[in-house]
Amino acid sequence: MKKAIVYINQFFGQLGGEDTADVAPSLHKGQIGPALAYQQELKDCEVTDTIICGDNYMGSHTEEAVSRILDFLSPLSFDIFIAGPAFNAGRYGVACGTICRAVKERFGVPVITSMNEENPGVEMFRKDVLILRGGNIASKMKQDLKAVAGLANKILAGEEIGPASSEGYFPTGHRHQVFISENAADRFMKMLRARIHNEPYVSELIVPKQDKVPIAPALKDLKHARIALLTTGGVVPVDNPDRIQSASATRWGKYDISGLDRLEGGVFKTVHAGFDPAAANADPNVIMPVDAMKELLKEGVYGSLHPYFYSTVGTGTTEKEAARMTEEILPLLKKDKVDACIMVST
Amino acid sequence: MVKVIERAGIPIVHMCNLIPVSKTVGANRIVPTISIPYPLGDPATSKEDQWKLRLHRVRAALEALETDISEQTVFSV
Repeated sequence: MKKAIVYINQFFGQLGGEDTADVAPSLHKGQIGPALAYQQELKDCEVTDTIICGDNYMGSHTEEAVSRILDFLSPLSFDIFIAGPAFNAGRYGVACGTICRAVKERFGVPVITSMNEENPGVEMFRKDVLILRGGNIASKMKQDLKAVAGLANKILAGEEIGPASSEGYFPTGHRHQVFISENAADRFMKMLRARIHNEPYVSELIVPKQDKVPIAPALKDLKHARIALLTTGGVVPVDNPDRIQSASATRWGKYDISGLDRLEGGVFKTVHAGFDPAAANADPNVIMPVDAMKELLKEGVYGSLHPYFYSTVGTGTTEKEAARMTEEILPLLKKDKVDACIMVST
Repeated sequence: MVKVIERAGIPIVHMCNLIPVSKTVGANRIVPTISIPYPLGDPATSKEDQWKLRLHRVRAALEALETDISEQTVFSV
């Protein structure tokens, strides 16, 4: 009987929601949450232990969290390490990728996780960790779990793992030698023909798209610069007049701060569903630092403050929607001759 | 969002806690914050300490905007 260990976050570990996102890692004998389902799907393999760690703890105390988990694992023997699935939960995905890579480096065992293509963890870890292409939300749990277990079963059985496109994981950038009976000239002609006829074809050498933005030139004169504030932390007036969604946002708002010295709790709050809102509801300046900006304005550190701050919710929000919302905000910044921006993310 | 603004030629500084995510997404100027739920003031500390921290990090963000950089930069705070 082979052995597997499963890593999950506080939510799937049934410790609670955002109120427990700061919990340090813990090791539990047997199976909890998704680990139970893995146990049913894995062949000739026992899930011996479940590790649970708060997403914020892993995000904010990464070294400490990783070193504690590696210490838990040291005395144990296991044949595979599984994390997630993490869907499009950004912190969870990054946590799964972080711990999978660390476990693979230390113990040399195969590691697998699952994320949605929009999860930032994919780009960060796909070269080092097998990440299955997963659903965007937790209702896809069943199929994502099955996919992970399916690949895990293949690995545990010593079967050869095929290329990313057929196995369903994100390309790792590794190249493997494959023998094909058709020579390059024939393949080339087929591809050319398909292209001319507007038929689908797949290049044998896919050039990865890089979306690097050229660095905008630094401000020449901060003392006279006009600055605007933005946040993805979901800070809004308490009645949320623009009905910005708590997750997967498609709406944004602009809120007048020209007459305010600071954002008061009870007047502003956060609608972001991706973290415990208690601190930001009590003092919204911990996300949108209007008070500090007004003080630094008085001190003459910068020239002037754009009269509005812009807000949306960054959790589960697709890059496409984020880009579209920003395209809508941009003309307002330009019209008011904003020289530079500060974006605060949670 | 940061990229759309920067692409328009407006310098922007990203204040965030998950630095590796910001780097992967492609922010060019990054100033670290202290946590996800309260980036700029830990409620377990005194109001005065929170204020000092917030003022310090926001000042660092403003200074980052007038700093010439040639590559993606995480400013130390």
